Formats: sequence, C-alpha cells, structure tokens
Amino acid sequence: MSSRRRLDTDSMAVSSSPADLSAALVLQPVAALDWLVILPVAWCISIGAILMMIRYKGMAQPLVAIFGLAVLVALDAGLLWHVAQSGPVTMVMGRWLPPFGIAFTVDLTGALFALTSAVVALVGAVAAIDDVNASGRRYGFYPFLLLLMAGVSGAFLTGDVFNLYVWFEVLLISSFGLLVLGAEREQIDGAVKYGFLNLVATTLFLLTTGYLYGIFGTLNMADIARKAPGLQSVAPLVTLTALYILAFSMKAAAFPVNFWLPASYHTPRIVVSALFAGLLTKVGIYALIRIGVMLFPAEREQLGLVLAIVAALTMLTGSLGALAQSDTRRLLGYLVISGIGAMLAGIAIGGPDAISGVIFYAVHSMLVMTALYLAAGLAARLGGGFSLGSAGGLYRNYLLFTALSLMLFFSVSGLPPFSGFWPKVMLVKAAINGDASWLAAILLLSGFLTMIATGRVFLLAYWRPVETQPAAAPQPLAFSALLPLLILTVLSILIGVLPETLLNLAQQAASTLAEPSAYLHSVFPAGGAP
Amino acid sequence: MKSLIFRTITPVIVSVMVLFSIFVLLRGHNEPGGGFIGGLIAVAALSIYGIAFGVETVRRAIVFHPLSIAGAGLLLATLSGLLSMFFKVPFMTGLWVYPVVLGEEIPLSSVMTFDIGVYLVVVGAVTSIALSLEERGED
Repeated sequence: MSSRRRLDTDSMAVSSSPADLSAALVLQPVAALDWLVILPVAWCISIGAILMMIRYKGMAQPLVAIFGLAVLVALDAGLLWHVAQSGPVTMVMGRWLPPFGIAFTVDLTGALFALTSAVVALVGAVAAIDDVNASGRRYGFYPFLLLLMAGVSGAFLTGDVFNLYVWFEVLLISSFGLLVLGAEREQIDGAVKYGFLNLVATTLFLLTTGYLYGIFGTLNMADIARKAPGLQSVAPLVTLTALYILAFSMKAAAFPVNFWLPASYHTPRIVVSALFAGLLTKVGIYALIRIGVMLFPAEREQLGLVLAIVAALTMLTGSLGALAQSDTRRLLGYLVISGIGAMLAGIAIGGPDAISGVIFYAVHSMLVMTALYLAAGLAARLGGGFSLGSAGGLYRNYLLFTALSLMLFFSVSGLPPFSGFWPKVMLVKAAINGDASWLAAILLLSGFLTMIATGRVFLLAYWRPVETQPAAAPQPLAFSALLPLLILTVLSILIGVLPETLLNLAQQAASTLAEPSAYLHSVFPAGGAP
Repeated sequence: MKSLIFRTITPVIVSVMVLFSIFVLLRGHNEPGGGFIGGLIAVAALSIYGIAFGVETVRRAIVFHPLSIAGAGLLLATLSGLLSMFFKVPFMTGLWVYPVVLGEEIPLSSVMTFDIGVYLVVVGAVTSIALSLEERGED
C-alpha cells in the first residue's frame, strides 16, 4: 500500500518529487487558449451524451443540438484565429510528453476543415428541424449528429495516426446510426454496402498503421514526419504510402473503390445525405493530405502518376455518371465523386500551390455539396419527388428558391463569381505549371460536364412547366425551410466574391504542410529527444 | 424462464455479481480490473436477471433507459478529463485528492471518475443490446 501511495503522489505533487519528471511529463502550465485544441471534441461528446440522456424530449433535442453546434462553430472559429495568430498548437493528453502521450496538434489545415465542418453541421441541424420527424428524433438523430461531429473534429484536430483511426471509427459508427434512421428496407440495403466497404477501408487503415508502427516505432505525426527522410533508403515507405492512399481513397470515394457512395447516399433522409456529402468524404481527403503531403511527400511524388490517373478517372466517371442519372439524389452523389477527383488531382500534382487549391476546394465542396442536397430535398418536397422525369414547375412558383439553386449549380460547376471558381483556377494553374496539362484539361472537361448535368436538372426540374396538374395552388414555402440553403449559398457567394481571406489561409496552410517545421516545433518545442 | 431453481437462485447470483463488478471497477487503478471489465460483469448480471424474470423487470429495476445510463457515463468521463482545465494541466491529466474519513485516508482521483464513466457507458450500451436481443427472443 505504501509503495502505491508514493507512486500516486509522484504524479500529483511535482515539486516534492525526487525523480526528474521533466523527462516524461509536460510541466509548463497550459495556456487557457490552448484548450481550444481539445474543446471542440470534448464539447461535441458532452452535448451528444446529454442528448442521449434526453432522447425522448422531442422538442428539446433540436434546441440543445443547435445551441451545441453554434458553440462548436464559435470554438472552431476561435481555434482558427488562435492558430492563425500563433502557429500550430499542441496539447498532449494526460500530460505525457510526445511521442508517448497522444498529441492533438492543430495547424491551419485542420482548423479550416474543422470550422467548415462545424458550419455545415450547424446548418444541417437547422434543416433537420423540418426534415427529421419525431420518430427520427427518438431514433437519435441529434445525438448521432453530435457524436459524428466529435469524430469529424477529432480526425481534423489530432496529431496521432492511431488516434486518427479512432476518430474514423467514431464517425463511422455514428454515420451507421444516421444512415439507418427509420430502418426502411432500402436504407438497410444502402447501409450494408456503405458499412461493408467502409469497414474494409478502416481495417486496411488499421493494418497499415500497424505496419507504420513497426517501421517507425511511433505514431505521432510530427515524430513520423521527422524520422521519415532518414528511413527512405531502408524502409518500404512507398508501400506504406500506397496502402494509406488506397485506404483513404476508399473513404474519400476515389474511382475504382467508390461504388459504395452511389449505392448508399440516396437512401437516408436528405439531411443525412447532405451531411455525409459535406463531411465524410472530406475526412478522407484530409487524411490523404496529412499522410501524403506532410508525412510522406517524397513517396507521394513517386506515386504521383498513379494518383493523377486515379484522379482523372474519378473526375470523369463522376461527372459522366451525373449526366446519366435521372434521380437528383443519385446525380448529386456522382457530383460529390467528381469533386473528390478534382481534389485528388491537386494532391497528385503536389506542391504548395496545388495543395492550397485542394484545401480551398474542400472548404467550397463541404458547403456547396451540403447545400445542393438540401436544395434537392426541398425541390422534391415542392415539385413532387426526386425523379427528373416527373419534377417540374419550380421556377414559376418559387423564384427565390430557384435563384438559390441556380447559384449553387453554377458554384459546383466552377463558374464565377461563386466559391467553386477559385479552387478550379488554382488547381488548373498548378496542373499547367506542374507539367500536367492533360490533368488541367480533364479538370476543365469535368467542370463542363458538371455544368451540363446541373443544367439538365435546372431545365427539367425547375424550368419545365408541369403539364399534369393545371393550376394547382403552390404550397407555401416557409422562410425557415429556405434559411439553411440561404446561409450556405450566401457563404458560397461571399467566398467567391471575397476570396482573399480564405486564399491566404489556404496558402499558409499549404506551406505549413509542405514545410512542417512549425508543426514539429509545436510538438517538440526543444527539438526533442530522438 | 420458468425454472423454480433458477428463479430462486438468481437474486443471489445477480446481487453478488453486481457487487463484484463494483469491486473490480474500483480495484482497477493499480491492479487488474477497471471500468470496462467491471461494466461487462454488471451487464452479465443484468442479463441473467432478464432471463429469469423478463426484460420488463430489468428495465424497471435499472430505472433509467440503458442508453441514458450510457450517456451519463460518457458525460462523466468527458467531464473528468475537462476537470484538469482548472489546474492548468493538459486534458485528461490524473488529479488526486486524499480526504481522511474516519481516520482512514481514501485516495480519490479524476482517473477513478473517468473509469466510473467507462463503467456506465459499458453497462448502458451493452445492456441496451442485450435487452433488445432478449426481447426479440421472447416473441
């Protein structure tokens, strides 16, 4: 008993201890602002837990969730501001020094992704007031949403590869819950396909992480980035990188391993599809950026051609697939894939210019893809279904809604002055400068095909008058139903018209990724023991 | 299950198992045990209770919905981590106090409250699964 007692006091009272604790523990007091690193995750889990406890209080659910997500947006905005001011920020769990303590390290890339995802989730929660009925609430839509956000934020903020895997699991499990909300036959079918392929990807991720640990003896990203150049000649790092790229490509829905997305994204409630389209695939892209650009840049360059071909095929199959669909939800699923292809193209080209384009594109894509799904849901409610064959007549009755949708269609096709324009420009420019003009051509072609696909939706579902039901009085469209769409569209326009702030942030983020010395310094302030 | 022997012995087994699960939970800090394994033992106890007396009896006995218990545990575990915010140490750092009760020093810590949180999460989540499986079995 006495020996145990001494052990306990050692970890408590630092000053009276005979052992040198500075070799194992963080001894400096933590600045209050550094808590912003962990708070988004801890906050989401807490609110999710509270929502689980009040699962049967129908009306309190959305209120608590929206309040929680609004605070999350504020926290993430604060975090972004903090990181922009003082560079990457680290907090190690349980005060153990890295690489042994699990580190949460946030740089601009992570903070930008986290903030955008929080905005998307907040808008989704507002849209869900209308879309998710009482039984959906009892099934736990809001707790799942908050826990999904815990997983997504954790994935963006962590600085540890295994911890990244854990957050992937958290968001995967929550997404299963959201996907089967309502437990209809079609949903179970979609969830099985989605679940099976994502489990394969997650398992591959885990195996590769075991392999990584075998090679490096560490899971801390900063530590790996530091050790990788020295191991290039002796360790199979290209294999490792290729395995990671395969695993994350499945998550991100890249060409040969993306069939789960069109098979499942049209089945759940439209808000859930919107959130998935905004958040999930981008987590895969984020992980690809982290692994491919920061940890193993040289190995990614060797795989550059493969990645470029995959990216080109993803873009083309995505936009051609969108052209062939007659269900708006399926069509949007293919547009998600086409956007993923564009981001992959940027990762394949590499270099700070292309990567800043990828980060910009990801922010744009999260906002606009979510908005498009919400618009499709609203259009279906107003114009009678998701099928392009029967929809129509929206233009005559709902002018504002039609205008918003048209802007979103332009934005996703990459036309100015909307948010989709700038990242396309950046990527095309980077492709031409990087001797990959063919990739630039495919980027433009895929944008063109996307425009035709969305134009077709506009012509058929919005412009075409309805013949079947003459002079049916239009349903009144409440402003509250339009609000989520309005917020996202305004954001897209703002980013398109005033791109400087985001452009600067994306460029800084990309240069931190390419030259991660600030990131390393934040984890190992003293240079650290090797 | 309508076996008289089973129904007679079940309350004894169940109460011993729940006690044992709490014992395992509390000894977990420095010796084998802890919230996860303790929670599983408690779930086993509740499942046996359910087999003997029916799912409804178990639901009444634990008062709260299993998932609410899990949520409370998750909240407790997170708050235990956040406690270190007030001591200017990183998230999830173990914090200890040693109150003396009746002349005996009792070490209490945020590690323990975290573990109790884990216990509740496991009890809640796995009980929820077990009870709904047993309910299906009864149909």
